Amino acid sequence: MNRIDSTFTRLQKEGRAAFITYVSAGDPDMPRSLAIAKALEDAGADIIEFGVPFSDPLADGIVNQMAADRALKAGATTKGVLEMIRELRKTSEIPVVLFTYLNPIYTYGFEQFHQDAAAAGVDGILLLDLPPHEEPLNAELAGAHGLKHIRLIAPTTPDERIPEITEQAEGFIYYVSRAGVTGAQTELSSSIAEQVAKIKATTEVPVAVGFGISTPEQAATVAAVADGVVVGSAIVKTVENNATAEDVAEKVAAFAKPLADAIKAI
Amino acid sequence: MSIAAPASSSTVPDAHGHFGQFGGMFVPETLMTALTELDDQYAKAKVDPVFQAELDHLLAEYVGRPTPLTFAERWTESCGGAKIFLKREDLLHTGAHKINNALGQILLAKRLGKNRIIAETGAGQHGVATATVCAKFGFKCTVYMGAVDMERQALNVARMRFLGAEVVPVTAGQATLKEAVNEAMRDWVTTVETTHYILGSALGSHPFPMMVRDFHRIIGIEARRQILEREEKLPELLVACVGGGSNAIGLFHPFLDDKDVRMVGVEAGGRGIKLGDHAARFQGGKLGVLQGTKTYLLADDDGQIQLTHSVSAGLDYAAIGPEHAYYRDEGRIEYDFATDDQALAAFRRVSELEGIIPALETAHGLAYVDRIASTMGKDEIILVNCSGRGDKDVGQAATQIFGGSTIQDLVPGFHNPFS
Repeated sequence: MNRIDSTFTRLQKEGRAAFITYVSAGDPDMPRSLAIAKALEDAGADIIEFGVPFSDPLADGIVNQMAADRALKAGATTKGVLEMIRELRKTSEIPVVLFTYLNPIYTYGFEQFHQDAAAAGVDGILLLDLPPHEEPLNAELAGAHGLKHIRLIAPTTPDERIPEITEQAEGFIYYVSRAGVTGAQTELSSSIAEQVAKIKATTEVPVAVGFGISTPEQAATVAAVADGVVVGSAIVKTVENNATAEDVAEKVAAFAKPLADAIKAI
Repeated sequence: MSIAAPASSSTVPDAHGHFGQFGGMFVPETLMTALTELDDQYAKAKVDPVFQAELDHLLAEYVGRPTPLTFAERWTESCGGAKIFLKREDLLHTGAHKINNALGQILLAKRLGKNRIIAETGAGQHGVATATVCAKFGFKCTVYMGAVDMERQALNVARMRFLGAEVVPVTAGQATLKEAVNEAMRDWVTTVETTHYILGSALGSHPFPMMVRDFHRIIGIEARRQILEREEKLPELLVACVGGGSNAIGLFHPFLDDKDVRMVGVEAGGRGIKLGDHAARFQGGKLGVLQGTKTYLLADDDGQIQLTHSVSAGLDYAAIGPEHAYYRDEGRIEYDFATDDQALAAFRRVSELEGIIPALETAHGLAYVDRIASTMGKDEIILVNCSGRGDKDVGQAATQIFGGSTIQDLVPGFHNPFS
């Protein structure tokens, strides 16, 4: 069974939501990025999302843009990200989802990338600028096996479009909690519970919520209504603040622990 | 408008916005609904006589259409070959073809019930056109512009501000057009419920490449009628510069069925064809996906978009409009390039020989004509799109051509009281 599916099955039995952490792969450099992933798992992360750095991340806010920039400047490549995950797999079975834009994957070769990523131990992929309907329309996007394709639903997605997306969903569905780019917010949207319920009415696939969640209180609020809570920019910001520190992984773990605890307490 | 203006038999794009294997809608889910709504509204407006009548009326009364077709007599003589005609989009209100599209889209924004407009701009001509129609129709307007472009097109920054627009400098990456598009997209993702994004070239996600093309087809429709009236034949060659490709596709599209008419799009060769030194996507570009569309772009082997360079801000962009990629692969439209130096030389020649100071973008197309005209017969015709005027470029061109670091250096004894 795919690691994403088995994790959600286990957590469902335990009756709690998944804590999904996002970091930019290769930020601040590849060795420390690997250390951060391990530290996040130790701090209680259930799933790790790695951003594969891209030069033009147009759905990302400034924190994640700068993280991708740091990673690229430190020499990160798409191949290098897969090597790092291969290394992670030597000691960890945590589900890994890649979060990126189409061009780096397209340039690598869509099908080839799926093969190599699955072989390296990647479980799923979320391509921000690849809507579901484009896949069958582009011959070279075929043959994408081995990775779960994580789909996005946004607050602007009309009700009638939701089943079209959930029909093809696998792994989990990523509900974007507000219209906008990635980045921490002081207030969560009040419609999250309602929207998640609407999505869950159409599918058995777990629903995770992300974009803007940065505090244990916010994480707990979302954990009460969704199957997973994604925290991204707030963790990335901690990497940024400690980018020159040798012990950046410990700093990130110390930030993530209260978030994990808050989610597990629900 | 319908005189000698055959509807093209072209069938691209399809309902999904695909031009063959190019184009499409490669955008985050948050924007899908807005783009679908835009596509629907545009489809309705296109066949609505009321919409068309309002657009035609404003194009005539506010924008100044039709633009003349000018015989470039002295330049033709100097080249000693084909007869050269200029389609005078430089004479339009705001100084370039960009207003054709900005006007069309603001009328759509009214129909969509949006109250705020955003735009990206490179050379500033699209920003000025957008700020202009926003002023005329009372919309709030924000224009994203690379900080490097703001410096080299400072005149247009001032114009946008006079017109009531907020101009937001973008400092990321190389701080030119591509980064301005990224910022505009980020704004749009956040404000999509109330905001319409007037994209300024035949680029980005469907329906923009199709819609922008359609609003500029008027260039080719008029030019075709005018050359037939004046010369009683079609031109042998059409030429236009290509950044995203809006002025070129506007001129070329109504001639696509005229199989004997050759068409050449001229890209920016910058300092020469070495990755990072130019913006000629058909010189070493590769297939990829950027900012909503699948097309040829300048990227490295890892898919990271590369730096581009051109003396003209409007052509300094890493991707080409998907319809150009399509017609290039079909063999219907050819592409060549002009370097910075060639464009500057053409800028001078056409200024001196014709009394027309072209935009630096336009000058790339003119440079190609300057190179090719003498190889053609005197009974042959070249029709080139004079897509914009060069007022905005005078400062930059003066320092490049006459030397000095600012335009004031040309004035003997000038002392800048602010320095």
